[in-house]
Amino acid sequence: MTALLLRDLALALRAGGGFGLGLAFFLIVVVLVPFGVGPEAAVLTRIAPGILWVAALLASLLSLDRLFALDFEDGALPLLATSPLPLEGVALVKAVAHWITTGLPLTLAAPGLGFLLQMDPGAYVYVLASLALGTPALSMIGAFGAGLTVGIRRGGLLLSLLVLPLYVPTLIFGAEAVRRGALGLDAGVPLLMLAGITLGCYALLPFATALVLRINLR
Amino acid sequence: MASGVKESMSIWEYANPKKFLATTTPALPWVFGAAFACLGVGLVWGFFLTPNAVNFQATVKIIYLHVPSAMMAINAWGMMLVTSLIWLIRRHHVSALAAKAAAPVGLVMTLVALITGAIWGQPMWGTWWAWDPRLTSFLILFLFYLGYIALWAAIEDPDTAADLTSVLCIVGSVFAVLSRYAVNFWNQGLHQGASLSLDAKENVSDVYWQPLVICIAGFILLFLALVLLRTGTEIRLRRIRAVQARAVRAEVLA
Repeated sequence: MTALLLRDLALALRAGGGFGLGLAFFLIVVVLVPFGVGPEAAVLTRIAPGILWVAALLASLLSLDRLFALDFEDGALPLLATSPLPLEGVALVKAVAHWITTGLPLTLAAPGLGFLLQMDPGAYVYVLASLALGTPALSMIGAFGAGLTVGIRRGGLLLSLLVLPLYVPTLIFGAEAVRRGALGLDAGVPLLMLAGITLGCYALLPFATALVLRINLR
Repeated sequence: MASGVKESMSIWEYANPKKFLATTTPALPWVFGAAFACLGVGLVWGFFLTPNAVNFQATVKIIYLHVPSAMMAINAWGMMLVTSLIWLIRRHHVSALAAKAAAPVGLVMTLVALITGAIWGQPMWGTWWAWDPRLTSFLILFLFYLGYIALWAAIEDPDTAADLTSVLCIVGSVFAVLSRYAVNFWNQGLHQGASLSLDAKENVSDVYWQPLVICIAGFILLFLALVLLRTGTEIRLRRIRAVQARAVRAEVLA
């Protein structure tokens, strides 16, 4: 499991698409928003948490279609499927690797971008906490979507159509936690719900992902 | 005739495509007829023979389309969930095809519910659309239907498509329920939902209730008829494909 994780991380690093591209995309989306809605600080302050969450969600979607597709095309996936590590474990490790290369840097970069969006000073800690709790769920849900569409050529668009509706609960609780935190209200409930979604996803979705991978490998 | 064993077997007999077609083809005109009879009676009764409600004026009458279509939009997904489970567990092809056949019908029901809701919302709330939990949930349900149908369309091998869409339907159901409650939670921060929720069971008096029940029965029958018709079409399509493949093989061999 560790070996697979290290291999995936090394691949993401050396292929040059992993850390940099998602982060650059995150930055561009956040920079584009003020051009769209105007530079008024009051408006930006109010929508900053939502923008950060939506941008993080789109950025983590970017690299999803290659999550299994590369291994599927070069024949590594059937090898992984017949390896001693169960396919459920492979799915889990792949999702974790995806999170480390996209979700984690996004989480760390979010406060800096919140600064650009004139975010409330009190909201920074909630942005960090909600993204840290929520983005792992995005990676696992995305891994399930990537498993579903792995056999389809040019499945990227379909992948977004399938995965984005599944992101809705995570997005709602994540953005709500930041908004409540920024207003000085109690953000405990949405943060706990976020943690619950993440844990539930990691407990159940590896099985669903392995199931759809097996179907696609048949 | 009706011994216990036979009766318990009987429902699975219809999983045989031949038996399914032999039973549903002659029954279809009757189901369609009953659906249109119910809808005709219910709509005419509802539109012309009931008084206008005090607070709603004539707009109350859209309830006869709005409530049944909304109910069927949810029930169609529920039916797809059950048939998907049956396909994954028992591998009956008719079951997978029924799920495939129900999805576009459910999509249209969702759309009808959203549009009639907007038409009703305009005079009542002064807006076509509000991010009310109920409305938002239906929009999300609409997206789920779209994704499900798109996945069916994207995969060539029919059995793979049936398997993958079934898993998507099951996972999607969990997330759809989760979204429903998340949306409820999300809305509390915005405004009270009470003034926007027009729950039929609370507001509707007997005068409206009776034609409404007939309309709901009509929508259920219409949904049943459409799904049976579409499932039959899918079975026949697959037969045509099998016959064509056999013909090609014979040509190659000859």
